[in-house]
Amino acid sequence: MAAGVAAPYIQTVRPEDLLCPGPSGLFSPLGDFHIDPTRPVPRALITHGHSDHARPGHAAVMATADTIAIMEARMGAGFSGARQPVAYGEAVTINGVRVTFRPAGHVLGSAQIVVEANGLRMVASGDYKRQADPTCANFELVPCDVFITEATFGLPVFHHPPALDEIRKLIGSTEQFPERTHFVGAYSLGKAQRVIRLLRDAGYDRPVYIHGALESLCRLYQARGVALGDIRSATDDSKAREEFAGAIVVAPPGAFEGRWARRFAEPLVGFASGWMRIRQRAKQGGVELPLVISDHGDWDELTATIRETGAGEVWVTHGREEALVRWCELNGIAARPLHIVGYEDEETEGAS
Amino acid sequence: MKRFASLLDRLVLTPQRNAKLRLMRDYFAETPDPDRGYALAALTGDLAIASVKPATLRALIGERLDGVLFYYSYDYVGDLAETIALAWPEPGTADVAPPLAAPLPKPAGAGRSRGYPKDRDKARLADVATTLSLPFDDLPEARPSRGNARTLPQPDASRGVLSPLVGEEEGGGLASMSEDGAAGFLDAGALGSAVGADDPFAWVASAAEPATPTHAHGWRATPGVGHNAPPLTLADVVETLQRTSKLEAPRVMAAWLDQLDATGRWGLIKLVGGALRVGVSARLAKQALADLGGREVNEIEEVWHGVVPPYRSLFAWLEGRGERPESRIRAPFRPVMLSHAIADSEVAAITPDAYAAEWKWDGIRVQAVVEGLAKRLYSRTGEDISAGFPDLVQSFDFQGAIDGELLVGGHSIEGFQLGSFGDLQQRLNRKVVTEQMVRRYPAFLRAYDALVIDGEDLRRLPFRARRERLEALVAGSRSQRMDVSPLVPFADTGDLTRLRSSPPDAVIEGLMLKRWDSAYEPGRPKGPWFKWKRDPHVVDAVLMYAQRGHGKRSSFYSDYTFGVWTDGETGPELVPVGKAYFGFTDEELTEIDRFVRNNTVGRFGPVREVVHQPDAGLVFEVAFEGLNRSTRHRSGVAMRFPRISRLRWDKPPGEADRLETLEALLRG
Repeated sequence: MAAGVAAPYIQTVRPEDLLCPGPSGLFSPLGDFHIDPTRPVPRALITHGHSDHARPGHAAVMATADTIAIMEARMGAGFSGARQPVAYGEAVTINGVRVTFRPAGHVLGSAQIVVEANGLRMVASGDYKRQADPTCANFELVPCDVFITEATFGLPVFHHPPALDEIRKLIGSTEQFPERTHFVGAYSLGKAQRVIRLLRDAGYDRPVYIHGALESLCRLYQARGVALGDIRSATDDSKAREEFAGAIVVAPPGAFEGRWARRFAEPLVGFASGWMRIRQRAKQGGVELPLVISDHGDWDELTATIRETGAGEVWVTHGREEALVRWCELNGIAARPLHIVGYEDEETEGAS
Repeated sequence: MKRFASLLDRLVLTPQRNAKLRLMRDYFAETPDPDRGYALAALTGDLAIASVKPATLRALIGERLDGVLFYYSYDYVGDLAETIALAWPEPGTADVAPPLAAPLPKPAGAGRSRGYPKDRDKARLADVATTLSLPFDDLPEARPSRGNARTLPQPDASRGVLSPLVGEEEGGGLASMSEDGAAGFLDAGALGSAVGADDPFAWVASAAEPATPTHAHGWRATPGVGHNAPPLTLADVVETLQRTSKLEAPRVMAAWLDQLDATGRWGLIKLVGGALRVGVSARLAKQALADLGGREVNEIEEVWHGVVPPYRSLFAWLEGRGERPESRIRAPFRPVMLSHAIADSEVAAITPDAYAAEWKWDGIRVQAVVEGLAKRLYSRTGEDISAGFPDLVQSFDFQGAIDGELLVGGHSIEGFQLGSFGDLQQRLNRKVVTEQMVRRYPAFLRAYDALVIDGEDLRRLPFRARRERLEALVAGSRSQRMDVSPLVPFADTGDLTRLRSSPPDAVIEGLMLKRWDSAYEPGRPKGPWFKWKRDPHVVDAVLMYAQRGHGKRSSFYSDYTFGVWTDGETGPELVPVGKAYFGFTDEELTEIDRFVRNNTVGRFGPVREVVHQPDAGLVFEVAFEGLNRSTRHRSGVAMRFPRISRLRWDKPPGEADRLETLEALLRG
């Protein structure tokens, strides 16, 4: 069935019947389920494992197997009642609403959720990016009538250069300052593993040291087939501080402010994030080596994706909604901000 | 260009001196001529190119990006140069589309009725900004709030249909911030006057274009981009700008901006904007050059005035490929001789037969050089500061090179009186000086050494002989702007101790002790010259804010902003008077860090606000060399060379000093 072409004999479904913003996030009145709800609900479809999208306490959870594994690793075995893993592309019908998970290219297991009924197709994209990422399946474009997009980096100033170029900057710095320990702040799910994997792709074969908070997710990624090479605990008290000279240490962004960081020689603080595009932001955070590596789409990716979906209507969930709405308007696409409260918590953590 | 921009990018985010030096040295080593020479000139402030005005850049981006989108971007980024650099369309992203106009909405009350921050919060933010070493106009209050409390009109969401943003207020524009931090939307009527006004931060959308809002990326098409052009070099930029007229400059700039990536664009905009402001002094750049060639920095300074950008001969010499560049200019600078601080154990060796004593004046060290008709005044690092002191330079009527202290006269009704360092500061760092400045703070030279007189190099002579020649020179001069720093007679160290602690003038900061037989050696030889400063001033101040350090100290709160008491509207309150990040031992640092972490009451990025109540907080004894008036600190005073001399764990913050104590010191 071609998107947006509803047969005339079928009763028309309005987008608001299929999905609408509610107090707990996106809700499907027809299907009676939520997508990435911000409070416990009876039935939740989860796009990916970041804590602002995947919360504990739902009675039933549907997500990709990778996302369910990630949720379990982060929140413990009892994070929800029933769980139903779905494969990418596998269609499931809930109360007459057809639901399909498609890769979003954000982090391991991340999915866009395609919701269809009576010829109307809506895509809740969750968080997504178009740049290739060796740690997860690449984004898959789904033509649709209504596209629900994030806008984390929804301003024309955001442009993410090829991540491998940024990683080469990091490796270059370890050569220029071999006596200094190179810290890389990276969110514990997705970004950290991507940074490590990119280091390997760039030919860096020395051990990479990781903060304890990253350990379980790095192991999980490895177990699920993402090769990370020689990763070691950075919290090794038997090592003298000089032994970390020139080494790369990956940790959650906040870790470098803490006492934990004192075990390292002359730290040089880097931070892998799309926010690092803004120099003042790097400077205020005491970041000396900003690495513009993001798991979200930049301005060009967001606008190109909206265009390519062919959607006649765009809903913007979180981020810099107003600018993306403005862009849609300039391009004759109906758009509205949803103002969903509660997203972006994890992504902005430690970013300033 | 790309490499130069990357260097600037790293420098601006690198706080450590040694790391900055390494970045520059490596750049000079790896970059070919003439690019590295132009980069050096840009860093030392010796690059003469016509600057491109912010208004020009604003107009250029206005042709490429929708005004509303630009406004959102500027609002978020906060810095005009950076916003333009980041928002400029990336090569290959602009679709061909008809031009659009974006008359901007003028929402009711935007930027005015936000009621935030409250004055008290503002003051606090200002303190934090000072702590962060940010200019005040970069405060969050200086722009409409980020993100959340947006007051722009939103589309009518209930109908799922857009209400056009463009509308009602034809020609409505956005304003942005002027230097004083005022923010918000301009009245439509004010737009006309803002266009072309000198305020470099006023952004005004053009309302003259037809309103057809149909385009692709929010970016309009970029005409005529050469995609296969060779990479732009810094030399291309500099040499082209040197021969480009003001009229052509925007077109040339646009073509370059189209070619470069974001870092390159940012570097280019910084380069053409005048001062780079990347935390590198001319001296530091020369030090990096010295490191490159394995030489002393004073050797660089000595040849500096004989070379011009792009300094091929200088690099050739440093890399052992050429002769030392000879100074071709008249009245060159000669590297100065510096003193060591005397240790207590060395004082006993100071006897009147071996050493001469002079007052140590609290001005700035200068070198006055006259050769033929060329008259110049140099700072102690060889920077030519003649332009800022025409009154003094014109008065020179000798031939030679004189070492001395630059001071200003005060404005006392009792007649001539030495001005304070604060008065002198009024005249420093100025490229041009007004008549009024010259009248109010006349400059003069208090001479204490002669390097050259009438073409004869005296530097190998003993101090005693040089001093005699100097006295004769000054005695024969008709200049009213030059005298000799008097010798201070003493019999023994007891005399010296007394003289040091009670000097006859407030503009004296101690004693200089010079061996009678010392030759004039560049650099800081150990032994011939000592300085013996009077004891510092001390004040008990309360810790208010702490900021994390860098490098070894990046996990320690090691930079402290402290304040003293004054009467606020609601009773006694603390006002910040300075910031210090040394003076304590490593053990004390650990203790203060623990105190900061356990007593944090607010966080602002890397800054923590620490409890500072009359009965709760930490008192520092702060030592400092002097006070200046300051418009940067709310207290109106700024300390010179403050450091933590003792931790007063025993003292309740309520008993710390009051601002009046410092104000009394300021009045002398």
